[in-house]
Amino acid sequence: MKPYVLVALGLSGVLAGSGAIFATYNRVETREIGFPGVGMQVTDSLPRLADRAAYNEPAPVIPRPPDGGPLAGQEYQNVKVLGHLSQAQFLRMMTTITTWVAPKAGCGYCHVPEYDENGQIVRNEEGYPQADNNKYWSDGLYSKVVSRRMIQMTQHINESWQSHVGKTGVNCYTCHRGMNVPSYIWFNHAEEGEVTNPETVYASTKGPQNHPNVSSSLASLPGESYEVFLAGDRNIRVQTQEALPNGNRQSIKSGEWTYGLMMHMSSSLGVNCTYCHNSRAFGDWSQSPPTRQTAWYGIRMVRDVNNQFLEPLGPTYPAYRLGPSGDAPKANCSTCHQGAYKPLLGHPAVEEYPSLRKTYPQPPPKAKAAPSSDQANAVGGEGEREGSDAPAEGERPGDDDAQTATNVAPSR
Amino acid sequence: MLPQYQNIFTQIQVGGDPDVPPPIDNGQLRVLTPRLNRLIGIFGNAQIGPIYLGSIGLVSILLGTLAFILIGLNMLASVDWSPVEFVRQLPWLALEPPAPSYGLSLSVPLQEGGWWLIVSTLLTASILLWWVRCYRRAVALGMGTHVAWAFMSAIWLFLVLGFFRPILMGSWGEAVPYGLFPHLDWTAAFSIRYGNLFYNPFHCLSIVFLYGSTLLWAMHGATVMALTHLGGEREISQVVDRGTAAERSSLFWRWTMGFSATFESIHRWLWWFASLTVITGGIGIILTGTAVDNWYKWAIKHNFAPTYIEQGYPGAPDPLQTDPNFQMPEAPAPIDPMTDLPPEEPADTAPNPTKVEGAGTEDPADVMPSAQPSNSARPDGAPPAQPADGEQP
Repeated sequence: MKPYVLVALGLSGVLAGSGAIFATYNRVETREIGFPGVGMQVTDSLPRLADRAAYNEPAPVIPRPPDGGPLAGQEYQNVKVLGHLSQAQFLRMMTTITTWVAPKAGCGYCHVPEYDENGQIVRNEEGYPQADNNKYWSDGLYSKVVSRRMIQMTQHINESWQSHVGKTGVNCYTCHRGMNVPSYIWFNHAEEGEVTNPETVYASTKGPQNHPNVSSSLASLPGESYEVFLAGDRNIRVQTQEALPNGNRQSIKSGEWTYGLMMHMSSSLGVNCTYCHNSRAFGDWSQSPPTRQTAWYGIRMVRDVNNQFLEPLGPTYPAYRLGPSGDAPKANCSTCHQGAYKPLLGHPAVEEYPSLRKTYPQPPPKAKAAPSSDQANAVGGEGEREGSDAPAEGERPGDDDAQTATNVAPSR
Repeated sequence: MLPQYQNIFTQIQVGGDPDVPPPIDNGQLRVLTPRLNRLIGIFGNAQIGPIYLGSIGLVSILLGTLAFILIGLNMLASVDWSPVEFVRQLPWLALEPPAPSYGLSLSVPLQEGGWWLIVSTLLTASILLWWVRCYRRAVALGMGTHVAWAFMSAIWLFLVLGFFRPILMGSWGEAVPYGLFPHLDWTAAFSIRYGNLFYNPFHCLSIVFLYGSTLLWAMHGATVMALTHLGGEREISQVVDRGTAAERSSLFWRWTMGFSATFESIHRWLWWFASLTVITGGIGIILTGTAVDNWYKWAIKHNFAPTYIEQGYPGAPDPLQTDPNFQMPEAPAPIDPMTDLPPEEPADTAPNPTKVEGAGTEDPADVMPSAQPSNSARPDGAPPAQPADGEQP
């Protein structure tokens, strides 16, 4: 072969390679969040920003009926967590939750179906079971039991985890986005021999490490180490915060597990390391942007949600909702964030739905006799207008950013 | 002129009989009848063979091949012996050292790092034997042993990573896994665990020598190629019998950067830069975790890393400091499912409606009605086959 041919081949290869790189190049948007020149930047690409904006359109809002009128908890049987709402407000919440979670299946997704005289389930024109109008009270479907617990969870998050969700809060749509089951859930590892403790991880066994794993951004780092960090409370900090050895026995392998968790957070939020850390000193809090503190509470929030709400629902679910080892579906950072640094790009989630803001005292059960109007009105004041918790006059969604400084990247 | 002398490939190849080395007297094995190959000649010396096969070299190749195969078999085992998955996941697969909890134990179950110990022993023996071969062949040919000592400096870094430092740290788990991505991720995790290796001064030196090596090699290679038509390729004879090639090159570098190496000293520059890359690197690694645990903090302590004039944002307070009594908030109690309407009662003694027959247990599943469509029938009416039945919003 003529050497010229080889040279020509080599050159055309270089040209083709450069062309391919140029063709796939995405312009990167960089926002400086620290002192100029120190590399404290949040980067993004324009196509990704556009995708994210489209994906995070908030759900349409049904106008909120005014307070007053008979209470749902007294007019209906078995209303346990939203009984403080007026009937109209309650129906609006039920409709809204349906559009958030089961827009196609409708009421019959959670409420027991109606049966015809032959014992067959009555279905609507789309084939979904139709709820029995006389049995809305019934907890006969597992999905109703789960939904109620999820409403409790949402109220709990918005009330007790403002360290993470701020005043923005969460609602069902934050995770569900119109799906019966949120897109991002996880289960325990099922295969025998899978290792979930970094102190006993090794290669020849199947484990969360050393396989292509989206959770760790396709590194060979441990991915899906959620059992350890987001259900368990394994220590995440591995660095010694002084120069010389001081007895810190955290191994490099532990460092890999922490790294894997951090990659999960990074890909869940669509951010790079410097969103929460100064990467020259990852462990140093004094150099970390305030977002890191928000994330710290977020990790604990996910643990709380998994341990107190999601995992205990295991026995409630039918088998086809469970993981390979029979455990309930659980949450991680992606479940809410879904690629955005703030879920739904920070759109206020509870402003229009104050009943999700906290756990409310429920009205006492009403006797079977006709309700006295005094009684209804007495508790009616605790409806949607719940005193000091209601948003102040003139408070706009955008104000959330200013109030919860820990929830946004600092900008200069 | 340009195509003849400034090209990537050897264009003028001298034909004829191949070089036949002098006979050796100790009856050692030489294989492969010498012959010339034009294609090989494009890239280097056209002659292939003879190859010297001494017993040390043979053992070295055998042990090294065994180690390589064992690594591959371990990786294959980690994908359930599936050849397809082996190829697909190869860059991710690894053979990991024993867990840190095994310390320096040599009796580790094979599946839990025992294979790593065996493979590392084989590989180390193979590399050391290859060094012996390298040294002995140089002596046998009456050469200096420069190649062997340059090789030894690379072996030093290899042994620091997989042998000396793990022993000092008291755990084989500190060693590097075998695997393409895994050893890279290990490197990143190493740096993160020990507070950013960029602030390790020996790491800095190693980088200087590494990049310096590439720069020097580029300068030297370019200089000699640029001088071929003037006899510059006869580098060594020009060391003692300086001709116009050597003179012109020195003039060129004095003109362009004020200083020039000689035709001899440039090779010492190159040898030291290359060797010092791994010598300083090894020193930096062996100090990490043994003498210094956080290189960033060390660099701040010794005014080696800059502190910012202004940070531009308030530092995040450590929640463990600002919120030392942090506790998980108490969750609202689950509500027992109601499957029957409460019995009719007089108004003034209305019972808690959740108190239904069979309810009140901790386990909500226990009070699920079996007659009603519940766990087995999906509320959306779809067959209970695939669990992810999300509706598109």
